[in-house]
Amino acid sequence: MKLPALNTKSVRPAELNRREFFKSGGAVATVTLGTGVTLMAFGGDAHANADAGKRWGLLIDVNKCASDCNACVKGCSDENGWKMDGENPETDPQWIRKVDLKHKQTGREVSMPMMCQHCEEPPCVDVCPTGASFKRVDGIVLVDKHICIGCRYCMMACPFKARSFVHEEIEDQKPNAPRGKGTVESCTLCVHRVDKGGEPACVEACAKTGHQAMMFGDLNDPESEISKALLAYSSTGLRDDLRLNPGVRYSNL
Amino acid sequence: MKRLFAITLVLFGLFLGTAQAEGLYPDVPKAVGNPHPEGSAFMRINHMKLMRHDRDDTMHNGNRDVKYSIKECVACHAVKGPQGLPISVKEEGHFCKNCHEFAAVKIDCFQCHNSKPTEEFTALLMRDPAPTADEISAYLKELRE
Repeated sequence: MKLPALNTKSVRPAELNRREFFKSGGAVATVTLGTGVTLMAFGGDAHANADAGKRWGLLIDVNKCASDCNACVKGCSDENGWKMDGENPETDPQWIRKVDLKHKQTGREVSMPMMCQHCEEPPCVDVCPTGASFKRVDGIVLVDKHICIGCRYCMMACPFKARSFVHEEIEDQKPNAPRGKGTVESCTLCVHRVDKGGEPACVEACAKTGHQAMMFGDLNDPESEISKALLAYSSTGLRDDLRLNPGVRYSNL
Repeated sequence: MKRLFAITLVLFGLFLGTAQAEGLYPDVPKAVGNPHPEGSAFMRINHMKLMRHDRDDTMHNGNRDVKYSIKECVACHAVKGPQGLPISVKEEGHFCKNCHEFAAVKIDCFQCHNSKPTEEFTALLMRDPAPTADEISAYLKELRE
C-alpha cells in the first residue's frame, strides 16, 4: 500500500469536492483486461481538510482574562483527557496553563493563558530528528506520535515550554486525543474540532464564562473576525525577537 | 482385518488431528455491526496496512472522513465483559487481543489509543432493545463526519 504524499501543496479545484467528484463517475476509470484482471485508476487528489490557504490562529485579549479564572485550562483538560490534578507538578502534562505577570515598574498585573503558539517557523519542527514534530499546511503544529521516539529535543527547543512528555502509562484516553507513554505532546489547537469546522475547546470554555478573552480564526482571511481585530488593535506575538511569527497573538499585554 | 484396522486408525488420527487444529485457532468474537464489504479474509491480512494509510492521511492532511479508523474498529468490534460493558485490550477476550496473542504480534496501537469505544457508543450498545447492525453502521458513519 502506497502512503499518501504528506503536506502536498497542490490546490484542488474549489468547486469540486471529493464526493461530487466520485458521484460524477469521472474519478474511477475501470479497465477490464480479462476475467479477474481489473485495472483501476483513481483520479484527483485525496480530499483533505487541512487547507493550505488557511492559517489558524488565536487572539487573546489579556485585559479580558481574569486571574482567578481557569476555564480554558479546564476546558482543554476535559476535551483532551489530560489530568490536571497537580499530583506530580514536575511531570504533569502542560497543554495549556495560566500565567500571571506583573510589571516591575508600574505594578500592573495581568493574567493570560499560554499554550503552543503554533509558530510559522517552529523550532520544535526544526530540531525533530524523526519528522514527528511537524506543521500542517494550515499552520497547526502537531506531534505525530506514531513517529515520535520521545527524545524531547523539541521540548528544549521550544521557547514557550509548550510541550510536555508523557512519563506514565495512560488508560482511557479520549478517542480524539490519543496520548501515550514515551511521546511528547502539546496543544493541538483542537485539530479534531477545527477539521470539522469547530473552534478549540479553550475558546469555547472562555466564551461560556462571559469573559470572551479568546478569539479563534483564519489569519489569512481578511474577512475573518480575528483578522479584523488584528487590523484594528495592536497585538504582540510572544518573543517576537525570535522571528517565529506565532499564530497565537496577545493584545493589551 | 489388519488393513481395516490400519485404515480405521489413520481415519481416527486424521479426525483427531483436525479437531485439535480447530481447537488451536483463536476464538474470534463476532462484531456488532455489519461485516466488512471486503470480506473478513481480506481484512485479516490487510487491516494494518489500511489503517496505517488512513492514519497518515488524517494526521498530516486532516482528512477525518476516512474509511479505516481505529475509532470504528474498537466500536464495531467491541466485546462485552462480565459487567456487560465493553472490555479493554488488557482483558481476556478483547477482539484484537485474541488474534494478536495467537499470532504473537504485539499491538502498539493501544499504547496511545483507547481500546474501548466512546461512552456514547457504549450507551447505544447497552440500549434495550439492542441496536441493529444497520443502526450501528449509521452511528459509525456519523462518527466519521
